[in-house]
Amino acid sequence: MKHLANSWFAERLGDRGIRTTYLEDHHPAHMPCLEIMRLEWAHAAEEARRMDMRLVAVWAAEAGAHDQDQAARHGLYAYVCFAHPEHRHAMLRTPLPADAPELPSITAHYIAACRMERHMQDMFGIRIKGIPDARAWIKHEHWPQAAQPLRDDFDGMQCSDTPAADYPWVQSGSAGVYEIPVGPVHAGIIEPGHFRFLAVGEQILNMEERLGYVHKGIERAMQGRSAEEGVRLAARVSGDSSIAHAWAFAQACEYAADITPPRRASLLRGILCERERMANHIGDIGAICNDAAFAFMHGQMQRLREIMARTHGRLFGHRLLFDTIIPGGVCVDLNAEQAGELRTETQDIAAEVEHLRSIYADHPSIQQRVIGSGTVSEKDARDLGLLGYAGRASGHYPDERIEEAYPPYDRLSVKVPQGQLGDVATRVWVRFEEIAESARLIVAMIKQLEADAICAHWQPPEAGVSGFSAIEGWRGEIAVWLRFAEDGRIDRYYVRDPSVINWLGLELAVRQVPVPDFPLNNKSFNCSYAGHDV
Amino acid sequence: MKAVLFQLLQALLLVVLAPLAAGFVATCKARLQNRRGAGLLQPWRNLRKLFGKEVVLAAHASWIFRVAPYVVFTATVMAASVVPALLVSTPLSLTADVIALVALLALARFFLALAGMDIGTAFGGMGASREMTFSALAEPAMLMSVFVLSLGAHSTNLTTMISHTLDTPLVLQPSIAFALVAMLMIALAENGRIPVDNPTTHLELTMVHEAMILEYSGRHLALMEWAAMIKLLLFATLILDLFFPWGMATDAGLMAMLLALLCWLLKLAVLLLLLAVCETSLAKLRLFEVPEFLSTAFVLAFLGLLIHYMLEVSL
Repeated sequence: MKHLANSWFAERLGDRGIRTTYLEDHHPAHMPCLEIMRLEWAHAAEEARRMDMRLVAVWAAEAGAHDQDQAARHGLYAYVCFAHPEHRHAMLRTPLPADAPELPSITAHYIAACRMERHMQDMFGIRIKGIPDARAWIKHEHWPQAAQPLRDDFDGMQCSDTPAADYPWVQSGSAGVYEIPVGPVHAGIIEPGHFRFLAVGEQILNMEERLGYVHKGIERAMQGRSAEEGVRLAARVSGDSSIAHAWAFAQACEYAADITPPRRASLLRGILCERERMANHIGDIGAICNDAAFAFMHGQMQRLREIMARTHGRLFGHRLLFDTIIPGGVCVDLNAEQAGELRTETQDIAAEVEHLRSIYADHPSIQQRVIGSGTVSEKDARDLGLLGYAGRASGHYPDERIEEAYPPYDRLSVKVPQGQLGDVATRVWVRFEEIAESARLIVAMIKQLEADAICAHWQPPEAGVSGFSAIEGWRGEIAVWLRFAEDGRIDRYYVRDPSVINWLGLELAVRQVPVPDFPLNNKSFNCSYAGHDV
Repeated sequence: MKAVLFQLLQALLLVVLAPLAAGFVATCKARLQNRRGAGLLQPWRNLRKLFGKEVVLAAHASWIFRVAPYVVFTATVMAASVVPALLVSTPLSLTADVIALVALLALARFFLALAGMDIGTAFGGMGASREMTFSALAEPAMLMSVFVLSLGAHSTNLTTMISHTLDTPLVLQPSIAFALVAMLMIALAENGRIPVDNPTTHLELTMVHEAMILEYSGRHLALMEWAAMIKLLLFATLILDLFFPWGMATDAGLMAMLLALLCWLLKLAVLLLLLAVCETSLAKLRLFEVPEFLSTAFVLAFLGLLIHYMLEVSL
């Protein structure tokens, strides 16, 4: 897979007097990584913002074994990735000293950077200068202050006996405002997360999220695994997007190793990913209706989702499609008969969903609940860089299947639903549209299937080579960056689930919403806790 | 003597049958949603399970929290024994007064709200505040609706009102239709059913009744839930008494009682089926629309009252 080097971003930065060095050991060339000076970090972000680029992620990694000579001078690298709808992704990297590293904050230009910078602060002990919110984020109160869990010298086997301190919540000085703490243990069976409401009567003034209760240390656990083992772990970052996460990981590996999976493998990946999108949207629409006590829709949608899960179990060996993607391709195949069955079932389910959609749309009682609830304006959506259906409902339409057009989407035309109003109803509408579009894409991809290998030979790259990929999962863009060490082992891994950004959208959406409408809004965003906490 | 026995049996019947009625509604709802459902006996199994569990009390719980389940249960059972289900004229008929009934239910609600606030969790307080807001609107509407019938019978005594309805020839009275619609709406709100509250929800922030009993466990929770089921049956019986009393036994003869039981069960099944249909086809209202819903009930009841004066007083 040879792409032309993407020099657009480097040229623009050069025009503004920011000197960049192109890194040869980063792939792919169309998503380049440029090294800049630390002094110009915030300036570069400001320029990127001016160029209407959206922030993909900010993260840090220790220098690898191959950087040994440099490691003495700067043990850490900070990375930032931006994306432009026409000019694709571009990364910047800057070296940081191992001792007392400092980095200027870019939160002033990109709001979504704040939590990622807090993550860097927690995990690497990097002091972020000028960050508006310096509280700990992923490292909860019972962690020792000095612990830097993603540094090499951190010993995870040691128990912490730090007593739990209080988290400094955002507070209101007024006596008329009361706090409602919700979670992390909920009355229903859902993932753990804490929400702190400031409310006057039943009206929400502010909602603050506290996540990190399902922090599993996946970034660290990935270190030292081979790509084949790593993809199994990546598939488990967030169980409902297992295909998208595994695909993003596998594609980053393939980019790094300069391997192109066979066309049939790409098509199968696309089919699996679209099936995952359909199944999750179907489940979510039912759950949103159930939160408004419209149980009929929930029952029907659960039924359809169950049919899909059983088919997945029968055809691909796992109800949630775990472990079907491997570096170089896929390890499941469809024969002509199975492909026909999958096509018929997809079309049947899409038709049933359309039928249910007409019931949903003609039901004033549920419409009354969803229309106008939890609005995110287009400006806010752009400022935050909301992804997936959350962005598409609010007039922000990034879609990697179009912008990045990775195979198989390079030979398909994807129609992205373009919502404007940004309320719960629009987020549901986007999901219905995406179900129909995914069904259409699956049928088109099954038609394109031709006899071919399903997997290319996996040959790991040399030590020190890094790869980056961005895959459009059902929640939105999943970004993965990884670097290889000796023997084809993963040296460093970073993954950014779309939830990291979309959680911010929920905080904005529920301002001026009555307290009992929060669950409905939360469900319409349905961000992943596991994907955020990693 | 026989009448006293029947009175006791009737109260017992309501208490024992209440979980079955709740199970009936749940099963109907499940069938309407193409599910199989857990069966009629599931509420009974739940109660048995809860009675077998130990009680976990919050550290801040005061005596109010511990006493509330017994008060709520007793007050609801007393209210249920006041409502005639089978026999029109019971030994307790003098106490079978609608205002007394509303007062007993208000007592239960008062302790329920106190218990919700007693623990000091945000949800308990929130549930109590919502419940009190709704009940402040529901109670007058309920009395207003009953008064429409009282005007004809010249009494607020249930037995007198039922006898009056049974004695008068069957004529279409528009005022009663208004009162009936109002009463059905209030019954939905008072029992925490969709579209006002969702009894099966797990979302703390949307709860009304469930939020107040969120901290209860073991036999305390069992009593609270049982009381809620009895209240549902009580309201159903009250609606049948006031608006469709035909078939009730006027004397304590065995045959008459059996016939009355059959009629009552049949009418009950129809009414609960209607509830299940309504709960399946509606989503929950926005919280701020519930007061409007209850005000509508009040206005309907008031219209019934006016219509009674304008059209029916001369009758």
